Amino acid sequence: MTPWLWLAAKIGFAFAYLVGAVPVLIMMERRISAFIQGRQGPNRVGPMGSLQPLADIIKFLTKEFVVPLRADRWLFVLSPLLVFVPPMLGFAVVPFGNQYGDELLQIANLDIGVLFSMSVLSLGVYGITLGGWASNNKYSLLGSLRASAQLISYELSLGLTILLAVMIAGTVDPVRIVQWQIEHGWNLFGGGSLWRLPLGLMGGLLMFICALAENNRLPFDLAECEAELVGGYHTEYSSMSFAMFFMGEYIAMVVMSGLITTLYLGGWHFPGITDPTDHSWVGALLSIGVFTAKVYVLLFTYVWVRWTLPRFKYNQLMDLGWKVFLPIALFNLAAMAIVGVILEG
Amino acid sequence: MESMESTYRSPETPRGAGVGLRLRSWLARLSIRVYLPSIAAGLAKTMEWMVRPKATLEYPEVQRVSRKGYRGEHRLKKDDQGRPNCVACFMCATACPAECIEIVAMPAPWPDRDKVPVSFRIDMLKCIYCGMCEEACPCDAIELTPTYTRVATSRDEKVYDLVKLLSN
Repeated sequence: MTPWLWLAAKIGFAFAYLVGAVPVLIMMERRISAFIQGRQGPNRVGPMGSLQPLADIIKFLTKEFVVPLRADRWLFVLSPLLVFVPPMLGFAVVPFGNQYGDELLQIANLDIGVLFSMSVLSLGVYGITLGGWASNNKYSLLGSLRASAQLISYELSLGLTILLAVMIAGTVDPVRIVQWQIEHGWNLFGGGSLWRLPLGLMGGLLMFICALAENNRLPFDLAECEAELVGGYHTEYSSMSFAMFFMGEYIAMVVMSGLITTLYLGGWHFPGITDPTDHSWVGALLSIGVFTAKVYVLLFTYVWVRWTLPRFKYNQLMDLGWKVFLPIALFNLAAMAIVGVILEG
Repeated sequence: MESMESTYRSPETPRGAGVGLRLRSWLARLSIRVYLPSIAAGLAKTMEWMVRPKATLEYPEVQRVSRKGYRGEHRLKKDDQGRPNCVACFMCATACPAECIEIVAMPAPWPDRDKVPVSFRIDMLKCIYCGMCEEACPCDAIELTPTYTRVATSRDEKVYDLVKLLSN
């Protein structure tokens, strides 16, 4: 096949992978929350309730799209798309599988892939901020202000933890980071060195917590709040534009899990299941399967944490971000630099 | 962190404690400050709930089995010859605190009793299912069954007559 066809095929696969994850996640969210609360959850629509998301989509599609009076119409329509698209761009650099022949299972093989995903993922906040601002509603505006403040405070720690993985592996190319982990061991466990073990564990945990905050998930879902904000940044949104916000959030979760998998959990490789030298279609499918399994374990944890922990207050959130996570992340980075020099020298 | 500290009071080390107690107390304070042990405990608890049997039933398919002595709908019992046990003594109607039982009596065609009910109506919407009628009955004729799901589309349907109560 020509390179262009390959690219189109990979983009199509990634699109289907991300959008297809949304109904799965909706189902996971509803059933797991039910199980944790001792209920059954939705299990009537289709086998085991598997068609429930379809019913949800039909409900969204048949509702009226309302633009509030004196809202900024253009931005109001645009902002759900701004939430929906950037996470998808972030997936472009995530290697979701091993090679098939000479073709890397990654859409864009950028040398600075990790930096690209960092910058693109932080674009998602513009959609949230503009959405709340364009609604011409003070509660929406307050919600989006909270979201942006939260994202700024956690982005910093997230970036530092991403840098930790980059420092351990010694490269910013996601494919080479995965390669390094195949050779040395997961970055979560310090990449095979006992010296780096505590740093890797700390970094991985911190990255997951910051990812929760970055994706506006509980216990950090301050941007959505029925008690003080009526709804949050999406108070005024209805029908498909609300569904867009909703799907964008879930897709961001999948992409973030993919990134954590790549940076800390060894990417598409699992010893004994995948073989890095196997470039046949069987090996490619196996590696995609392993990647998917790791991503879904993380997504399960997202949902699990959401239905376990109560949310933080706003001041607690800020305290945690600036006074706890940032110093720990900085300390981690400094310690990693020292350990790196000791190990090298 | 001020607000967090005020929410969770750290356990204090007793005065003059030994090294072991001091260490344990310090560890307890640390685990509260770090949150992670409590978060792990919470996650373990929710995982336990995820795998344990559910508290709810799949209602139309699986129905709750009423406990012994459950007070549901009424029924009038019959003897071995198919005659109602009721002798229209009005004890149940008198005992009823909701006054939902309405009996009309007539002389009995059989020699072993004086009266039989010609009409026996219970307004199920007025009934409070207290079981006083059952206790008052001298002939063991009226009884509360475990049935609790009976649908009606009008108020009149919920006034049960003699035929319905005998067949209940």
